[in-house]
Amino acid sequence: MSKMLQFPVRSKQQWTNIALQAALVVVVGGLIYAAAVNASNNLAKAGIASGFRFWDNTAGFDISQTLIAYSSSTSTFGRAFWVGLLNTLLVASLGIVLATALGFTIGIARLSRNWLVSHLAGGYVELVRNVPLLLQILFWYNAVLKSLPDLRGSIAIPGGTFLNNRGLFLPQPLFDPNFRYVVAALLLGIVATLALRVWGRRRQERTGQPPRTLYYAFGLIVLLPLVVFFAAGAPLSFSFPEMARFNIRGGTEILPEFAALLVALTIYTAAFIAEVVRAGILAVAPGQTEAAQAIGLRSGATLRLVVVPQAMRVIVPPLTSQYLNLTKNSSLAVAIGYPDLVQVFAGSVLNITGQAVEVIAITMAVYLFLSLVTSLLMNLYGRRVAIAER
Amino acid sequence: MAAADQVYLRDAPAKLLPAPVASTGVLGWMRSNLFSSPANIALTVICVAAFVWIVPPLLRFFIFDAVWSGADREACLASEQHPEPGACWAFVRVWSSYFVYGFYPMSERWRVDLFFVLLALGIAWLAWLGAPRRDLGAIYFFIVLPILSYILLSGVPMIGLPDVPTSLWGGILVTIVVATVGIVASLPLGILLALGRRSAMPAVRLASITFIEFVRGVPLITVLFMASVMLPLFVPDRFAPDKLVRALIGVALFASAYMAEVVRGGLLSIPRGQYEAAQALGLPYWRMMILVILPQALRVTLPNIVNTFIGLFKDTTLVFIVGIFDFLRTIEAARGDPHWATPVTSLTGYAFAAVFYFVCCYGMSRYARNVEARLARAHRR
Repeated sequence: MSKMLQFPVRSKQQWTNIALQAALVVVVGGLIYAAAVNASNNLAKAGIASGFRFWDNTAGFDISQTLIAYSSSTSTFGRAFWVGLLNTLLVASLGIVLATALGFTIGIARLSRNWLVSHLAGGYVELVRNVPLLLQILFWYNAVLKSLPDLRGSIAIPGGTFLNNRGLFLPQPLFDPNFRYVVAALLLGIVATLALRVWGRRRQERTGQPPRTLYYAFGLIVLLPLVVFFAAGAPLSFSFPEMARFNIRGGTEILPEFAALLVALTIYTAAFIAEVVRAGILAVAPGQTEAAQAIGLRSGATLRLVVVPQAMRVIVPPLTSQYLNLTKNSSLAVAIGYPDLVQVFAGSVLNITGQAVEVIAITMAVYLFLSLVTSLLMNLYGRRVAIAER
Repeated sequence: MAAADQVYLRDAPAKLLPAPVASTGVLGWMRSNLFSSPANIALTVICVAAFVWIVPPLLRFFIFDAVWSGADREACLASEQHPEPGACWAFVRVWSSYFVYGFYPMSERWRVDLFFVLLALGIAWLAWLGAPRRDLGAIYFFIVLPILSYILLSGVPMIGLPDVPTSLWGGILVTIVVATVGIVASLPLGILLALGRRSAMPAVRLASITFIEFVRGVPLITVLFMASVMLPLFVPDRFAPDKLVRALIGVALFASAYMAEVVRGGLLSIPRGQYEAAQALGLPYWRMMILVILPQALRVTLPNIVNTFIGLFKDTTLVFIVGIFDFLRTIEAARGDPHWATPVTSLTGYAFAAVFYFVCCYGMSRYARNVEARLARAHRR
């Protein structure tokens, strides 16, 4: 009986569907084809080359912040691309760490039983969320950092640091070759601490004795590298910034563009993360907290062992999208001239080469790639916490 | 005598004692909300200290020491009777018509005002859930209003409205136009994309998913760059669109991808029984969607639509970067005016812009929250 119903006869509806899809393919394909033809005509008329050969040509423009060696006279457009990408990654990763810390603090503060604390946190969230990020970036850059005193009136901060409207000038650490022993000791300490923790956990499951790793961790991560540091003859010195007549020599500099972007991104994203955290904690049933208190856990332990692990399951997916938003929003750097990917590549390189199609395609591909990688990693994490569900 | 058979019986209830003073009224509230534990007391003290440290200087700067009138920068500079001048609101007053209209010709500004009124009417009609004939309101907002606004703002010389090129538009007018075009275009497009994403036809589904995920994966800036730099390449020279139109296309495409996800969320919340019931009645696909599914889905997801719109409204500031004179850009332009060059001009300009955006966005989010509460009540019943 059921076999007879499966004859490959298509109804009128199905034929309509096939026709519709064919029409869609033809229209989209036709649009793309027409766009490609027009683009190649227009580019030929304007005398602009196409293809990716520009990648190896000399860039010839300066970039104010470079994490890898770059010089305007010898470096290529490809090198400029990497410089811009690294700057984007730098501000995005620092922003993610800081915004997470601030966002969790404010999200928990919003749930505080202290009326003043929860309402101050609420006010922060409302104020920050309802003002455009671009306005906040311009505010921090133009109204706060650019109105600092100029070079002559530099504010000297104890410890050899200067602050003025050109940036924050810090002592630059100079590492001797022997410093690698200190780094090695630090890595050894971290690995040993992790191993100790795993061992402690296992022992707790076997015998019920709680692990006391804190002191060992302190010894391994802080004391061991310190001992090695002095044993190796203190292989570290600083180059201090010094006031010269027209500039500041030596030391290392934090650009005001970078600082403004980082501060604005952190403050803005933290408000959204706070809402995510608050929703996540509220999603844990109150019976869980009551049960934890009933078996005698203190409030800190309740939060750490019962509430947070369950809240994280709700928090992680929207938190991921906030991280992605922050990374995408870092492209607003172009408004204040922080040399991120968009400013360097879709700005300077595009203007010099005129190869809009290739440059914008590469820029978009980078952001798409970052989005995909981040959501992949977060999916893995999400799967790990989801397994804990019984 | 037997004392045991003496019985005391109370024939009236004991007089109620008032609750301890420390647990009622202001004192009780303070005790349980501000001073319930040493840690709480410390937090309260820190908060009060922070409040005292921050708020009075802000009030002094923005209100008490502020300069409210004046013709040029002299008024806002430090002088003898005004040693520490606060915000320079005089600057905002002098420039205010520029902030609203940009360079829109003085004699034609009534058209902009009329546009604002027509728009307010449309928004009120749609946003007030108890308004009569909201279906007509939707037709007005999504079809009549765009045509009317185009005629009004851009001008048709034939009926006596001189042309005003978009290069003269600016300020709040442009911000509102970008935001309105964004919502008017993105809602229908977003609905189509959301339906496409749930379609049974693989080609339609693939096209919708590709578009949505692509747009959501890249920053708005790159979409705007694409619209402003690449769009002119993709069409023959003579059709090259106007700068503002290019930005509008970019914003509309970007917003429709986000709107599609919001509408999809609404569609997912409709129980299968609704689809099956509509199909059992013999409704074809589009009538099922228009008559049964979408009205419910859009109603459920209205708060999310408004939240997306808040995001869109904030994102309109990005057109600044591709050289459109939106509100924020007019602030940037005005604060560079040498006639008003004072140490507080930038801060005042930004504060004014922040107040404008805050009022708009906060108002919308309050509205979304009210609708949400109302829906929750209806749901419980």
